[in-house]
Amino acid sequence: MKVEIFDKSYDPWQEAQRYQKDTLEEGKFGAMALFIGTMRDLNEGDDVASMTLEHYPEMTQKHLEKIAKDAMDKFDVLDVMLMHRVGQVFPSDPIVCVAVWSVHRAAAYDANRFVIEDLKVKAPFWKKEILEGEQENSMRWVEKNTPG
Amino acid sequence: MSVHVKYFASLRESIGRSHDDVLITNNTTVAEIWMLATQNMHRPDRLLVAVNQEYADFNNEVCDGDEVAFFPPVTGG
Repeated sequence: MKVEIFDKSYDPWQEAQRYQKDTLEEGKFGAMALFIGTMRDLNEGDDVASMTLEHYPEMTQKHLEKIAKDAMDKFDVLDVMLMHRVGQVFPSDPIVCVAVWSVHRAAAYDANRFVIEDLKVKAPFWKKEILEGEQENSMRWVEKNTPG
Repeated sequence: MSVHVKYFASLRESIGRSHDDVLITNNTTVAEIWMLATQNMHRPDRLLVAVNQEYADFNNEVCDGDEVAFFPPVTGG
């Protein structure tokens, strides 16, 4: 199991590939489900230039570890890797990455969805957008996550 | 006895500071900490609270040295 919070840009594909190579036993997993959440350039009908992700460091790390462990306990999976960005991000930058390995696909899909849905409603991160276009340079806090 | 109070995101900006230290007596609840720390500021409807980095309820009692964090709904991912 691995949980990591990055304050700079990271490559989730490379991280997942490296973790799989270093940690998972070859031939033992039959499925790997990878979810990557990236920043969009449009929200609530407005153009968004960039976003700052704030977090509560001690609680965020603890909570992400709890989600990953809950997924390991609840589903028949072999391993879980969970990563998240903080700081300033730009459109198309990866924000969150959830990778789950299992013997069969159902558990990998189900556990992956469980992790991202829990993170969306409970992990202490907050987004502040910097707009562009007509509202250039104005800032606003994102008040709620989309339902999915 | 005292607790350390933290505020995050839009709440920190509206309160105008990131933390406070609040003196408490026995049986002080999280709801009372909010009133003491913010001088009876209206409590936002969807406000969340954590005690020692775990989600808590407003009627939970706090202990000397606890860390109490107030924050708006989370928007990560």
